[in-house]
Amino acid sequence: MMSELVLAQGEPVEGPTPQTPPGRHGSRAAIIWRTLRTNARFWVGASLLAVLIVWAIAGPFLWPWRSVDQDTDWLLAPPMAGHWFGTDELGHDVYAQVMSGLGISLTVGFIGGLLATALAAVIGAFAGYIGGAGDAIITWMVNLLLVIPTFFILIICYPFFRGSSYWIIALFFGLTGWMITSQVIRAQTRALRERDYVRAARFMGFPPFTVVRRHIIPNVASLLIVDAALGIGGVILAETTLSIFGFGIQPPAVSLGGLIFDGSSSATTRPWLFMFPGFTLVAILFSLNLLGDALRDAIDPTSGANRG
Amino acid sequence: MILYIVRRVINYVILTVIASCGAYMLASATMNPAFPLEQRHPRPPQSTIDSLLDSWGVNPQVPLIERTATWFLGTLHGDFGIGVNNHPVADALFSRAGVSLQLLIVGSILGAVLGVILGVWGAVRQYRASDQFVTYGSYFLIAMPTYVLAYVLMLIAIFVNNVLGFHLLAFVGPYSADQPAGFFPQLWDRLTHIILPTLVLTLGAAASYSRYQRSAMLDVLGSDYIRTARAKGLKRGRALVRHGVRVALIPMSTYFAYSFGLLVTGATILEIVFSWHGMGELSVISIQKEDVNSIAGSTFFVAVLILCSSTLSEILNAALDPRVRR
Repeated sequence: MMSELVLAQGEPVEGPTPQTPPGRHGSRAAIIWRTLRTNARFWVGASLLAVLIVWAIAGPFLWPWRSVDQDTDWLLAPPMAGHWFGTDELGHDVYAQVMSGLGISLTVGFIGGLLATALAAVIGAFAGYIGGAGDAIITWMVNLLLVIPTFFILIICYPFFRGSSYWIIALFFGLTGWMITSQVIRAQTRALRERDYVRAARFMGFPPFTVVRRHIIPNVASLLIVDAALGIGGVILAETTLSIFGFGIQPPAVSLGGLIFDGSSSATTRPWLFMFPGFTLVAILFSLNLLGDALRDAIDPTSGANRG
Repeated sequence: MILYIVRRVINYVILTVIASCGAYMLASATMNPAFPLEQRHPRPPQSTIDSLLDSWGVNPQVPLIERTATWFLGTLHGDFGIGVNNHPVADALFSRAGVSLQLLIVGSILGAVLGVILGVWGAVRQYRASDQFVTYGSYFLIAMPTYVLAYVLMLIAIFVNNVLGFHLLAFVGPYSADQPAGFFPQLWDRLTHIILPTLVLTLGAAASYSRYQRSAMLDVLGSDYIRTARAKGLKRGRALVRHGVRVALIPMSTYFAYSFGLLVTGATILEIVFSWHGMGELSVISIQKEDVNSIAGSTFFVAVLILCSSTLSEILNAALDPRVRR
C-alpha cells in the first residue's frame, strides 16, 4: 500500500525538477527527499539533533557558569533559579557540565562513527571486490574480532590509551567499530561485482582501487549514510559505557558518560546529578536512532516501511 | 544437516581458541602485572616480585608466545593460572559463572520471546495506534543505555517500596545477606532480587529485537505464499504463525547470535550497578588490578558463551529453514 503511494508521488520527480540539476543522481536525491519529507520520525530526529548540537555549541556562551567553575555558596544544591540543573559536591554547575559533556560526547561520536563507517566501506568493498584468498582472510579476521565483544577488546586495550586525549579515544572507537558493517558492505559488493558496468570497467583494465572508488562506493553510499547515523550513536554509547567503569575520557575533559558515572553513586539520593546528564544522553541517542531509521526507510528500497 | 552444524561448530571452536589466545596476548602486552606489587609499602625486593610473577605465569621477561602457550595448555585441563590475589582464577570463574548465567539466560530468553511477540504484533497492526506506541516505546528504550535504565528502574522501585511500606523489590546482590530459612522463603528472596536486573536486560533486548522482528515480519506479510495459504482456507492466525512467523524468524536467528555480545556487555554493567559478583565484575576489577590471568579467564568465558549462542542460532536456523539442512 505504502510503497504504491510513495511511488505515485515520486514518479513525476523522475524528470528534471527545478531545484535539482538534471541527471540520475539529482533525481534520486529528490525521490529520497520526498520520502523523508513525509516521515515524522525524520523531522523529530533531525530537529532534536539540531537543537542538541546548537545547545552544545552556543549554550556555554549564554550561561554565566563554566564547567570548571565552582560555586562554593551552593554545594549539592538541587535544581534552582541560578543553577537550573543543580550543583555537585564541589559546587560545579551541572547545567554547564552537561553542555560541555554533550559537546565532547558528540565530537567523539562523530569522529569515531564516521571513521568506523569509512573503514567498513573500504575494507568491505575491497574484500568483496577482490574475492579469493584476500576476501577469505579478511572475513575470517572479522569473525575473529566478533567472537569477543568490542567492549572487552576496548577495556583490555585501556592501558594503551589511558591518559590520552579524547581525540585518541575517538580514533580507537573508529578502529574497533567497523566489523559488522563491513560484512554488509562486502555482501553488497559481491552482488555489484557481477553487474555489467562493473565488469566492463574491470575488463577495460582499471585497477581495483579505481573500480571500487568509481562504481562500488557510490552504489553503497546510501547504506553508508544510514550506518554513519546509527554508528555515531553507537560510539557515543560505547564511550559512555567505558566511562561508567572509569575507563573512558579522563578529567579535566568530561563526557556525558563521566558525568553519569559521577552522579550514579548518589542516583537514588540526589537524582539531579544523574538524571540530567542521563536524559541528555538518551535524547542524543533517540534523535540519532530516529534519523538513521528514517534515512534507511527513505534510501533502502528493501527496508520494512517501503513494503507491505 | 548434522554435518553442516558440526562443520560450523568446529569453525566457531577454532575462532574461540584463537580469539582467547589473542585476548591473552593483548592483555599481557598492555598490562603491567607487577604494578600492584611495586606499589606496596615497603616495596618488596625485585627477586620476590619476579618469583611471584613467575608463579602466576605472567612474568614479562618470559617470551609472550611461551606465556600464551603455557596459559592455553593450562586452560585445556581447567587451569586458568593464579590471579593477583594469589587464588586460582579457575575457582573465581567457577563461582562467578553461575551468577552471570542466571542473569544472562533468563534475560536473553525473556528478551527474545518478548521481542518476537511485540515485533510480530506491531507488523500485523502496522501504523495503528498500538504499533506506533510499541515503535516509539522501543526507540526510547533502545536510546536508553543499560545503566540509565537500571537507575531509573531503581528509583521507581524505591517509590514502589515506599508506597507498599515494605521492601518488595531489592537491588543489592542476588540474595539478601541474612537469608531466610526454608526453601520457599529463599526462593522468594531470590525472586525479589532478580526482578530488577532481569527487567532491565529484558526490556533492552526486547526493544531492539522487536524492531528487527517487525521489519522481517513486514517483509513476509507482503509475500504471495501468505495469500496462498489464506486462499487455501487457512485461518488468518494460523497462516500468520505457520507461514509468517516461521519464515520471519530465519533472519532473526542470525541476529540473536550477533546481539548476544551486546547482551553480555549489558549484563556486565548490571552486575556492577546491582552489586552482583559475577563474571563481568571480575573483568572490570581485574583491569583495575592489572590482573592478566583473570581478564583472560573472564574473556575466555565470554568467548565460550558466544560460541554456545552462535551454535544455538545455527541449530535454530537449520530447524527453521529447510534450505540450510540440505
